[in-house]
Parts: sequence; C-alpha cells; structure tokens
Amino acid sequence: MPSFRAATRTWLEENCPSSMRTFMPENEQVAGGKRARYVRPEQKQWLDRMAAKGWTAPTWPTQYGGGGLSGEEALILEEEMQDLGCRIPLRGMGLTMLGPVLLEYGTEEQRQTHIPPIVRGEIRWCQGYSEPEAGSDLASLRTRAVLQGDHFLVNGHKIWTSNAHHSDWIFCLVRTDPTAKKHEGISFLLIDIDDPGVRPRPIRLISGASVFCETFIENVQVPAGNLVGPLNKGWTIAKRLLEHERKGIGGISARNAARFEVPLEAVAKQFAGDDNGKIADPILRDRVAAYSMDAHAFQLTRRRAAEEAESGAAPGPLSAMFKLQGTELNKRRYEMLLEAEGFQGLGWEGDSFTSDQLRFTREWLRSKANSIEGGTSEVQLNIIAKRVLGLPD
Amino acid sequence: MALILNEEAQMVRDTALDFFRERSPITAFRKLRDDNDPDGFSRDLWHQIADLGWTGFLVAEDDGGSAFGMIGLAQVMEAAGRTLAATPLLSTALLGASLISLGGTDDQKAEYLPLLLAGEHITALALDEGTRHAPTQIATTAERDGAGYRLNGSKTFVLDGHIADTLIVAAKTADGTGLFLVPGEAASRTRLSMVDSRNAALIRFDNVSIGPDTMLNGAALDQTLDRARVGLAAEMLGSAGEAFDRTVQYLKERKQFGVAIGSFQALKHRAAQMFCEVEITRSAVIAAASALDQNSNDAAALVALAKAKANETLYLCGNEGVQMHGGIGMTDEHEIGFFMKRSRVAQASFGDTRFCRDRYATLMGY
Repeated sequence: MPSFRAATRTWLEENCPSSMRTFMPENEQVAGGKRARYVRPEQKQWLDRMAAKGWTAPTWPTQYGGGGLSGEEALILEEEMQDLGCRIPLRGMGLTMLGPVLLEYGTEEQRQTHIPPIVRGEIRWCQGYSEPEAGSDLASLRTRAVLQGDHFLVNGHKIWTSNAHHSDWIFCLVRTDPTAKKHEGISFLLIDIDDPGVRPRPIRLISGASVFCETFIENVQVPAGNLVGPLNKGWTIAKRLLEHERKGIGGISARNAARFEVPLEAVAKQFAGDDNGKIADPILRDRVAAYSMDAHAFQLTRRRAAEEAESGAAPGPLSAMFKLQGTELNKRRYEMLLEAEGFQGLGWEGDSFTSDQLRFTREWLRSKANSIEGGTSEVQLNIIAKRVLGLPD
Repeated sequence: MALILNEEAQMVRDTALDFFRERSPITAFRKLRDDNDPDGFSRDLWHQIADLGWTGFLVAEDDGGSAFGMIGLAQVMEAAGRTLAATPLLSTALLGASLISLGGTDDQKAEYLPLLLAGEHITALALDEGTRHAPTQIATTAERDGAGYRLNGSKTFVLDGHIADTLIVAAKTADGTGLFLVPGEAASRTRLSMVDSRNAALIRFDNVSIGPDTMLNGAALDQTLDRARVGLAAEMLGSAGEAFDRTVQYLKERKQFGVAIGSFQALKHRAAQMFCEVEITRSAVIAAASALDQNSNDAAALVALAKAKANETLYLCGNEGVQMHGGIGMTDEHEIGFFMKRSRVAQASFGDTRFCRDRYATLMGY
C-alpha cells in the first residue's frame, strides 16, 4: 500500500486547488445538481477533477464512474485528504444513500442511468421518506402509488425532505398495496422533481435556515421502470438505505474534528482564560477534556470497525451505534462551544459577534436535528437492543 | 496502529478466556474471600499462569520472556477481569517485570527475573502515599547509608504489598526520585481489608537499611505506570463486559408483569447505552496497548483515555448491573455485586477519572 499512498498524495497535492485546502464553511459545501451554485470556481474545478478519477465515490465500480478502490485504499485516500486538509469535493444523498442501494438492488439500466451523474455531481437527490403522520413510525406512510399500465400515478405529502428545493430527483417510499400489512405494501420509487406535480416548499427552522422542505406530490405520472426492486418489497431497500444514512450521519462528528475546525480547547482558553497553557477555569477544562476524550474514543471505534470490515469479519448492525454516538457527540460539541463562549455564544446576528460565533449558534441549533433525522436516538437504541442484544419486543 | 488483534493475540485471548473460566471462576474468588486466605490469591493458579508464559510478556527473550508486549498481557488481564480472578498479574507480571526489565542492571535482572517468570517470586510497587494516586508526590526518603541506603516513610494501598517477596519502593534521593528493591519482610506491613476483597497493604519503613545494588533506573517508572494503567483498564474492560453480559442475560430471563423485563424500553435503552460504552472502551484499550508496544508519540494520551473510559464504563456497568438485577443484586449470594465493588477500587488505582482527564488535557496542550 505505500505506493498507493504516495501516488495518491502526489496527485492530491498537484490537483487540489489551494483554496480547497482551507476550512469549508457550511455555505461552501458542494452538493451538485442542475441548480448548483458555486461561491468560487475552484469548487467546481476540484469536483470535476475528483469526479474524473471516480474519487467522489471511491469504492464504487469503475463501470459506473466510481473509483474502484478497495476499502483499504479508500481509507488511505480519506486519510491523505484529511492530512492535506482537502475539502470533500461532493456530498449528498446520491453518494451516501441512493447510490449504494442502486448498486445492490437496482437494475443494470437504473445503474447506468443514475449512478454516473451522481458520481459527477450532475444530479442532486433528496429523500422522500417521512410524512406528517409517519415519523419514527415510518412504515405507516400513506403516499399512494397506483400502477396504471406503464406508469405509477403518485399522490401524497412528504416532509423533512432535506434540500428538496435544490434537488433534481427524489427517491420515495410509496404505498402500492394499501390492503397488505404496513411493512409489506411499500415500494421504492424514483421521481423527477421537474414534474410540475412535485412541489417542494421550504420550512423555516429554529436555526433560521430552511434546509428541510415539505414536498407535495399531486397526480404525478412516474414511469414503471423507476421502481427499484420488486413491487411491494420496498421496505427492505428502505431499511438498507437507512443503514447507509446512519453511517453518513455518524461520521459528522469525525469530520467536524478535522483540522480546520476551530478547536474547542482554543475557544475555551479564549473565553475562560489561559493559565500557563491550561484552560484557566478548572471545571470547564475538565468538561472539555471529558468531551474530547469521548470524541477521541469514538473515532478509534469507527476506525476499529473499518479495520474489522476490511479484515473480512462480519460488520454486524453497528451502524445504529455510530449514528447514535456520532450525533450525540456532535450535539455535545456545540453545547460545549456555547458554554465556553458565555453570552458571546448566544448572538443571533449583527456586528457584535464574530462570524464564527454566529455560525456556532446556528450550527448548535442545526445540530439538534442530528439525533432526530435518519431515525431518532431512541430508535437507534431500540435497534441496538433488538438486533444486537436480542432483547425481546 | 492496528485496532484489531492479530492471530497470535487472538490465540492468547481465547486461551486466557478458557483458562480463567475453567480454573478461576468467581466461585474461586469468593472462596479466597470467605476463607480469609492469607495470600489473597492461589499460588497453584499462579504457577499455572507462569507455565503458560504470561509472566514473561513484558520480559525480553534474552532474559527468558517472550516480549509479546502489552497487547498480549491486556488479553490475559481482560480475561482475568471477566471472572474477577485475584492474581498477581498486575503487581508482578506487569509492574515487577516491567520495572526490573526496563530499569534493572544485568545482575538485578539475573537475580529476579527467572524467579519472577517461574511464578516463584511476587513483587509489589510501593508508590502512592496519600488517599489518591499521585505518582509525583513522594515524601519517603532514601538516604545514603554507607554503600547502601536507609529508607524512611510510609506507603498506602500497595497492591499485593503484604505478600510481596520484594517491594519496589519509590523514594526521594539527593538526585530525585529513585526506585529501590527492598525485601518484603524488611518493612512493617499491614494488610488492608478493602471493599473489593483484593490485596492491598499499608507499608512503613523505619530506618530500613538496604544494600548497595538495590536501586533501579527511575526512568522505568513512567512507562511502567502507563503499562499498569492500560493493563488495569483491560481488566476493567473484562469486568465491565462480563457484568454487562450477565445483566442482559438477566433481562431476558427475569419475568415481571407476565413478560421478560428486557422488553421494557426503560431498560432496553440503558442496556443499549452500556453496549456502546463497552465497545468504545474496547477501542481505547486496544489503541493504548498497541501504542505503548510501538512507543508512539500519542501513547501517554491514549493511556489516559483508556483508563478514563474503563473507569466510567465499569462504574456504569457495575451500578446498572446491581440496579437491573433488583433485590437479588443486593445479596451477597449473587455475584453481580462483586463487579460494582471491584469497580471502585480499580477506578481509584493508577489514576481515577479526574486524574486521567487532567493528564489527557495537559498532554493535549490545554
């Protein structure tokens, strides 16, 4: 592996623009799609270079535009990118959720059609899972799809569809057999948001931002070929996709600890005082250490799981644990930042606060969704209790 | 740094798990306690452990050991923690073997290591003097006395101190803190009766004279203490994992209101939380053991992390074990209470959580 590491590092050094080796603020994250807006041209340049190598989706097969890397190689790529401070060139639900599911369950035609545009960041996907009456009890969803010859006629109301108003396509769970038991009448359908019957409406959140939408679907005709997997067998796919989603969300805290993030201990020193290199307030110092140690041990656990997976051991249903721990740690990190900053961490807008301080306040509020979206922390605990510990219903 | 065990370590782990389950189940520990055994451990079991080579994991091959390292010893100690086996693994196979190997002269190694490896010689580190682990706060003195030294002072909570053939004593000299090999019977020793029913002693030195070639290189202490923290963390991981497994089993068996109590969400969620903590602690322990074996720069911080997580996790699993077992968990007849009792003493030994956090923060530059 040393030669792969060296070659990767050289390529990254030569191809990653210097401005893409800086801290990435929230508004410079690249999610691609037809409606993508780039703050700086290097974002697009970096995306295109990485996509050309398939390194936006390092482990996906090369015939669909992926990088074709082994797990070990992908880990090396990730480590080298972190070490050099390279930004993640592309994010989104196409990469983290839909792609892996299409590779496993999609037809050859569906893979050929949908995966290369995901790798290149040309099409942005969003998730049509939750409904107003189907939150944690997702399988009670009511959006209806009726097969009429060569198409489905779809009607329903989705909610918490993150970034639906910036997306091109939506993968949806729909009810195709209302008479079956609730888990057995669900199908997995791909829907083009360009259809005028699909109307996303942004929802203003406690952070002031509108990343979530509710999406109305009214008399939309969806080609029958957009059904993924067998009819009425969508729940299996839905669960698999959730495993990928949890893994992605669980990674949040690890990414936040990356080198350009403002270190918590520096913030604590700044606001509580620096006593010969120590955080002057001993209680705050103890709390910062307690948090940092938990975050450190969690990172080691993610690493251990990656090594186990690589060694061929069965991974087990650990994704629920990573989602749970990762999100709870991320929330705690923002709580600690606010605690360290005192009043200065509680600004909403205006010149009396630095941009970092205002950002932390908003991100603190945003972080509260981490343990709700993709299955609440309570749902994750249920999953661990049932599937890992075998506790009875 | 590898976070998964290689084949050799896996083999040690499997052997050790079987060994302690068969030869030293918790009933053996209970018997030592109830008999008020003067040694506090089984010499027969200790010889079997020596025969398996586990006393030599921290000893170089030239000196008769296998130099398998902390990764190997951590597997043995974790297995011992599962059955709460009371052995001199920590006092002798870890602390004694490490201090003499790292800090001993060739003559000292030749004198002590063969006996130690054979399970014929017990050592104890006499370090702490107050009510908490504080390795830099040493008031005991070692003054020059002719060619040798004269020791004065007292030591507290010395693990296996009352039965040690040799005490390794940290004492102040004109040139800083030194480590001295002292025959056990030369000191005045009082066995302490601790809540975990394991060995500890108060030791006093009143003008104890020792010979000229009794000093070890004091530089061995820091690395050895880090090894002890990881070894103890591994033992605690084993105890936490066992307390957790037993508790989950009980949740499946115990019926109330006509159903298994493990079907109640209030207990399920806490059990799931414990599972996560045990897994996370395991990662920290493996990382620290492997960092020590490789002399990584971040080894000391990882050790502080591992001990802190082990402290917290055994505390959690011990407490929850008793609570979830309900009334039966309060009885002496049931074994779950032993884990909680052991937890507190192990937590306080070689660095409580407060100590570990302070050390971690200092090492990380804050």
